[in-house]
Amino acid sequence: MALTEDRPSASAEIDIEERLHEAWAEPAGIAGFLTSVDHKRIGMRYIYTAFVFFFIGGIEALIMRTQLAGPNNHVLGPEQYDQLFTMHGITMIFLFNTPVLAGFGNYLLPLQLGTRDMAFPRLNAFSYWIFLLSGVFMYSSFLVGHAPDGGWFSYVPLTSRHFSPGVNLDFWGLGVMFVGISTTVGAVNFIVSAFKMRCPGMTVNRMPIFVWSMLAMAFMVIFAVPSVTLASALLESDRLFGTAFYSAAHGGSALLYQHLFWFWGHPEVYILFVPAMGMVSTIIPVFARRPLAGYLWVATSLIAIAFISFGVWVHHMFATGLPAMAMAFFAGVGLLIAVPSGVQFMSWIATMWRGRVRWTTPMLFCMGFAFIFLLGGITGVMVSVLPFDWQVHDSYFVVAHFHYVLNGAVVFPIFGALYYWLPKMTGRMLSERLGRLSFWTMAIGFNVSFFPMHILGFLGMPRRVYTYSSGLGWDGLNLLASIGGFLFGLGTALTLLNVVVSRFKGEPAGPNPWEADTLEWATTSPPPHYNFDRIPVVTSRHPLWDQPELAYAESGEEEATRAYGLTGALERQTPISTGLDAAPEQTMEIPRDTYLPLLVALGTAVIFLGLLAKAIAVGAVGVALAALALVRWAWRTEEDLR
Amino acid sequence: MTEPRARRARAALRLAGPAAGVVVLGACSRRAPSTLDPHGSAAARINGVWWLMLALAVAVFAVVGGLLLVGAFRRPRGEGDETAGGRDGPTDTTWILAGGVIIPTVILLVLAVDTVRTTRALRAAAHAGVEHVEVVGNDWWWEVRYPREGVLTANEVHIPLGRPIEIGLTTKDVIHSFWVPQLAGKLDTIPGQRNVLRFKATRTGTYRGECLQYCGLQHANMGFLVVVQSPADFATWAADNAQPPPTPSDPLVAEGEQVFTNQPCAGCHTIRGTSATGTRGPDLTHFGSRLAIGANAVPNTAANLGAWVSNSQDVKPGNLMPPIPLSGEELRAVVAYLEGQR
Repeated sequence: MALTEDRPSASAEIDIEERLHEAWAEPAGIAGFLTSVDHKRIGMRYIYTAFVFFFIGGIEALIMRTQLAGPNNHVLGPEQYDQLFTMHGITMIFLFNTPVLAGFGNYLLPLQLGTRDMAFPRLNAFSYWIFLLSGVFMYSSFLVGHAPDGGWFSYVPLTSRHFSPGVNLDFWGLGVMFVGISTTVGAVNFIVSAFKMRCPGMTVNRMPIFVWSMLAMAFMVIFAVPSVTLASALLESDRLFGTAFYSAAHGGSALLYQHLFWFWGHPEVYILFVPAMGMVSTIIPVFARRPLAGYLWVATSLIAIAFISFGVWVHHMFATGLPAMAMAFFAGVGLLIAVPSGVQFMSWIATMWRGRVRWTTPMLFCMGFAFIFLLGGITGVMVSVLPFDWQVHDSYFVVAHFHYVLNGAVVFPIFGALYYWLPKMTGRMLSERLGRLSFWTMAIGFNVSFFPMHILGFLGMPRRVYTYSSGLGWDGLNLLASIGGFLFGLGTALTLLNVVVSRFKGEPAGPNPWEADTLEWATTSPPPHYNFDRIPVVTSRHPLWDQPELAYAESGEEEATRAYGLTGALERQTPISTGLDAAPEQTMEIPRDTYLPLLVALGTAVIFLGLLAKAIAVGAVGVALAALALVRWAWRTEEDLR
Repeated sequence: MTEPRARRARAALRLAGPAAGVVVLGACSRRAPSTLDPHGSAAARINGVWWLMLALAVAVFAVVGGLLLVGAFRRPRGEGDETAGGRDGPTDTTWILAGGVIIPTVILLVLAVDTVRTTRALRAAAHAGVEHVEVVGNDWWWEVRYPREGVLTANEVHIPLGRPIEIGLTTKDVIHSFWVPQLAGKLDTIPGQRNVLRFKATRTGTYRGECLQYCGLQHANMGFLVVVQSPADFATWAADNAQPPPTPSDPLVAEGEQVFTNQPCAGCHTIRGTSATGTRGPDLTHFGSRLAIGANAVPNTAANLGAWVSNSQDVKPGNLMPPIPLSGEELRAVVAYLEGQR
């Protein structure tokens, strides 16, 4: 492999641009939309779709806060309230937090790794379609007036056919299995991409910290999601086919469900949170203008969180009467997980300590995140303390705690990431003034809304109640929480406005508006379909800071190096490298646009519809459609083998 | 009464810190079932853990938050090499090792030791003088049984002051959770399992309890009351409640009994000593002596009872008792009969 600094001459450049355009062209219009396998288009689609769900889930929350603004309100009846709080949880966890992070991961991973696409571009498109269709599937429950109402956690036996005879819970049980397919294949794609798609020189210990966080997240998904799939599959089996896995009267166990659910449910908290930490650890050094302090410590602590998170699930079952000895073990592990989080805190402090902070909107969101996560982390340690949890469990204290970690400590980094990376995606800067206004509105609204809930918990207010009596000392705090909620909603709407306005009026971003260090800033904004016309070669963890002239790899004749230079881009190829040292290994063809992922996803959706309607014929159509499309997917034609 | 004043003084000392509001509200809203105003051994013990944790939390928040702010706003010495940053202050490894590993581990060890000690103390069973109560969760009310005294009641748990209490918790249907914030931590009722909650009450009075595990439509109105009485008062209460109430002599009340036993009421409710032996709903023997209706949904007054009997769905939508079509006179009679069940 030869290195070169040469650029093609001017006349050749025009010719090459045309040929590149031809090699990477996608059909225009709706056909292009349905068939694209470009990780950037898919990533943005993930982000936009997830934000649609974010605003829907937010509106659900505001309707609930209106009901709870005063005692004995009649905005909602118990049935409506139960459906709303269930769908709010499902939406934020399954349809916003998880997919929006997958969206950033999809967009950024290949760019940060210096390659042209994800390891499995078609699988990537498939995982998006599954996410979209499963979201539509779950929301279609509102159309038939039977949205899930068993809570996002859907505990048995309340959700058994006996106590919930309607179709409501089937939307949940089937929907969770459905969306789990998307998360799982997405995780496989992230893991393989992180290990096999890195550009030359990007050894494992030079991998950007955001990629580490996505890798840790993906491993958690692979081990955790099968558990919730099993939990919901057994629930649906009990509901649809009359088995008795969870029925104590027939020798089953209601607690089995809780173990299965939380074996996924607790790591899920970190599945959402670890990529957010990766975003913060990416953004803070850029605006502190120095490398992240203790890179190896931070990368290790991300992996440590991934491991330890699998030993905390009983934490959600402290009030179920399990043996004290067993619970003490889980309480200990719950405390232990604070250590890797502490490591990251100190890394951020040390980074800023020796740097000089530029106060931009992304940086503001990271600081807001740090304070919110500090408080949410502290209350997290508190609820690990077994006896204290017996008091606050399932009270509003817990509502406060997990909104500090899952709303504050995840949504704030996501908004920071939006201000930081959207200029790369659209080529336009967002307004800083509107950004700051949005940040302060969100930060104040958030704390006004969620801090009083800690106190409500101490005052004995239970979670998931559709109303409460007056005279218990709860009225004022609930009103305050509702006001804060609307303020927070307004803050998020200001960012939405900012995003829309910037599309028309935003300043052009240029390739690297923040003077950042990672490879996504080495290409134009927005990047071309092929990301880089030549694959970069890095010699540092911070290529754009340490390498004044970024080097590019030249393509060679043999299989291992064919994809590196311009020829690789011209022939829709991208290099595959060895797992640890990123040495050249092979060349991969990037598949062309195709309807196959959409067809398999549609077939899958029809299968779930068949199960929902208990219609075998419909299910059979779905199986046939998915199977035919899969066979075609796996079939290698002459053209493919060219 | 120097004790409350001393407590207020202690509370005032704790005002520093982000949870100040907790203390203020915990102290002044007398009617809130606050965990910070404990009158049971278990709740008091846990409250002690809370104050320890709050002290640690305030310290951690102040130190880490302060470092974040100083770090973000200070100008490092040795500028010029911007991407490399300044060179003053502790090294990155010192920051991380000391602040991220060693200090948190020490704090967490303190909490771990306190966790294990408190858990053992709260789970320990007493051996003598234990008062046993069986509480069964139902959609959406609580059955309360005293096996030794032979008392069966609903939504009201009477316990003697100062004696060790053991509440056996089971369920007829789904998972509920039994919580009296001022007396003890919560414990779930799980199908096919009997959990035991242990505590002592340290002051007489009436305490609010709630279901804490989401259990369906009327999870919000599945409350109960715990009445802590002196051992003598408790013994009297138990003895009275173990006997069927006296046969009604008042004609209106006697008519009420007729209505009750002939109408659908008797299909679901029992009144001992009569032909009403239904078991789906709460046992209504001695109903007149109870403080609230519909699992603490509304206070037990004749007006509330009338509204409840004629259509409880208005009071507690979705509860399992259907509207009872009674004439005005029948309703008056039934209310008089039930309120007379003392």
